[in-house]
Amino acid sequence: MTTTMTSHTIAVLVNDQPGVLQRVSGLFGRRGFNIESITVGQSEEEGLSRMVIVTQGDDKTLEQIEKQLYKLIDVIKVVNLSSKPMVARELALIKVKSEPAERPEIMGVVETFRAAVVDIGTNSMIVQVVGDTEKIDAMIELLHPYGIRELSRTGVTAMIRGNA
Amino acid sequence: MSAQIPAVRSTEQLREKWMKPEVITGSEILLRSLVLEGVECVFGYPGGAVLYIYDALYGFKDFHHLLTRHEQGAIHAADGYARASGKVGVCIATSGPGATNTVTGIATAFMDSVPLVVITGNVVSSLIGTDAFQEADITGITMPITKHSYLVRSVEELPRVIHEAFHIANTGRKGPVLIDIPKDVSADKTLFEPVQSINLRGYNPKVVPNQHQLEKVAAAIKEAERPVILAGGGVVYSGGHEELLEFVTRTEIPITTTLLGLGAFPSGNPLWMGMPGMHGTYTANQAIQNSDLLINIGARFDDRVTGRLDGFATHAKVVHIDIDPAEIGKNVKTDIPVVGDVKTVLELLNPLVSRSDKADAWRSQISQWMADKPYKYKDSDTVLKPQWVIELLNDTTKGEAIVTTDVGQHQMWAAQYYKFNQPRSWITSGGLGTMGFGFPSAIGAQMAHPDRLVISINGDGGMQMCAQELAICAINNIPVKVVVINNQVLGMVRQWQELIYENRYSHIDLAGSPDFVKLAEAYGVKGLRASNKEEAKQAWKEAMETPGPVLVEFVVSKEENVYPMVTQGSTIDQMLMGDCE
Ligand SMILES: Cc1ncc(C[n+]2csc(CCOP(=O)(O)OP(=O)(O)O)c2C)c(N)n1
Repeated sequence: MTTTMTSHTIAVLVNDQPGVLQRVSGLFGRRGFNIESITVGQSEEEGLSRMVIVTQGDDKTLEQIEKQLYKLIDVIKVVNLSSKPMVARELALIKVKSEPAERPEIMGVVETFRAAVVDIGTNSMIVQVVGDTEKIDAMIELLHPYGIRELSRTGVTAMIRGNA
Repeated sequence: MSAQIPAVRSTEQLREKWMKPEVITGSEILLRSLVLEGVECVFGYPGGAVLYIYDALYGFKDFHHLLTRHEQGAIHAADGYARASGKVGVCIATSGPGATNTVTGIATAFMDSVPLVVITGNVVSSLIGTDAFQEADITGITMPITKHSYLVRSVEELPRVIHEAFHIANTGRKGPVLIDIPKDVSADKTLFEPVQSINLRGYNPKVVPNQHQLEKVAAAIKEAERPVILAGGGVVYSGGHEELLEFVTRTEIPITTTLLGLGAFPSGNPLWMGMPGMHGTYTANQAIQNSDLLINIGARFDDRVTGRLDGFATHAKVVHIDIDPAEIGKNVKTDIPVVGDVKTVLELLNPLVSRSDKADAWRSQISQWMADKPYKYKDSDTVLKPQWVIELLNDTTKGEAIVTTDVGQHQMWAAQYYKFNQPRSWITSGGLGTMGFGFPSAIGAQMAHPDRLVISINGDGGMQMCAQELAICAINNIPVKVVVINNQVLGMVRQWQELIYENRYSHIDLAGSPDFVKLAEAYGVKGLRASNKEEAKQAWKEAMETPGPVLVEFVVSKEENVYPMVTQGSTIDQMLMGDCE
């Protein structure tokens, strides 16, 4: 068992009951586990939601997180995605200041990242970017000099690659 | 000795009576479902949000309802009932303040894995979330201290919810389950057909252990030179005490039982070392610290047992048997994890194990320690010593009584000096350490066992936290023998202030306490007082001969400390021995 802190992505299949998000996030808070991001949405099965949680911790903490999650009656399955090859994506909407003169430059950045401009105002525009966390971090950094007015990130959702 | 509690009917007849499908209200569904779950006794307190339920209870005779004087009394009584009987304890409270008054009791049961179903009323569904009169988000408040909870949305789901709640409470690692019922749901009607199946996809407690792990345990026992068993409340809850006795008899491994494990193993057995941890025996703590194999059976390595973790059992290979996989490796690194029900695990393990000679030197070392360092106190002929009082209770009842305690010094002395021989005869708040628990839990225990002697041992501090329940004993003639060990102070706090805070006795003086004898009498309960050995013997004899409830106050010395003691931050072999030296 190592004691190095690493980032883990965990998928939790839960009953779609009122309060289930509170149960899961409350468990993390109460037991001193950290949540870097948490996303929830429908799953492939009616009545079940899938939460994807990104957390920091050593192996012992991760083991406890999994075990404690399984104690919740509404938790059906816990999968540690980061132990396998996975696809992880998040989405960000970035409202960036852009006087008409700066627009072509910003469009250049957007195209390189295969992001999209989804709204243009008189002196700002909204950029939508999808990708892994590093890509989004990089995009934000590049747009920073123009002046970011508003930023909204979804947190990570993820899946194991292939047939697994 | 028999309680004057009216007997409740045969369940079979009741089942027939209540099984037929019928359109009835949510409140009636609740009562019928409780009967069908085998409930005999409910503790509760009415209010606006549960008025339909109490209306349905009017004249209802198929289980007892005891009206306590405080919801805290009700929930601790339900807890005591559950611990004494092994069945699910049930408590009813109204919304808002009624519900929040149960919180301490829910947390108490949660920490000690006690099966409870707590029914709270809530405001009508349309008012939920509006800060309505007497509204509290009790499911939200209690989420961290329940095994599971339900806010019932419609009367149709009520039968399923109640059936699931009982199943969840009393299987796997047991615990409290809350059902919050909005007022309209208790009034609405639907066709009630009893639910008999359970469909909980995410809930499958593992009862049967992995055979391969059992073989590893057996091999480790064969090799061990200094093996020790640490048994906890899990043995009691699984009903595995006979299997445990067989395990110890086969292997002759010395055994220590935690506070909640007292009674899981007969105290007279020569291999029993007493309790470990903060106020445990010298032998139990030395044995753990020097062991090369530590077999934890249904205990959770609480910090009062382990002391400083990085210096705990450092030479031992650790086996941990627990129904809750999350306990394994949570506090102490485990070499051989065994997930399963203790009784089932031991049943399967017993044929694989036998006595090993390799541990002979260890066995004699342990006997030596036990002979050299038993619990000891300096007795006195001028003033009553609390330990002596516990010995008096023990001698006169031969370990046959059900003993409940409150929290503090008296609790530790009871654990040390009362000798338990049967499971479910020792009821105490271990995990949460809840003052106010001792007396009402005894009422519940007595309801579970009307014909047994139930003694409740309390401090003068904790007795004042739920004393109002004396009324329940009086009017229902519940014959609990209530003991108050009166040392005029918050004794355990005083002890810490003396030993750790340099005699700075801050706010521990209980001057202003009532005359406990008169307090009992005010409620219609017989009260007796004793300040020396003769009076004590006399008073206790009289209490035992009096049918019905009696309160006996023993006025004891104020300065007495509980020894041995491991102070916080020490390893468990670093003990202050005090009078045990
Ligand atoms: C509800 C609650 N409040 C405070 C405490 C902290 N506490 C632990 S022991 C104790 C003193 C108990 O005094 P008493 O009931 O007189 O019993 P004694 O220790 O004297 O036997 C206190 C205040 C507690 N355990 N529970």
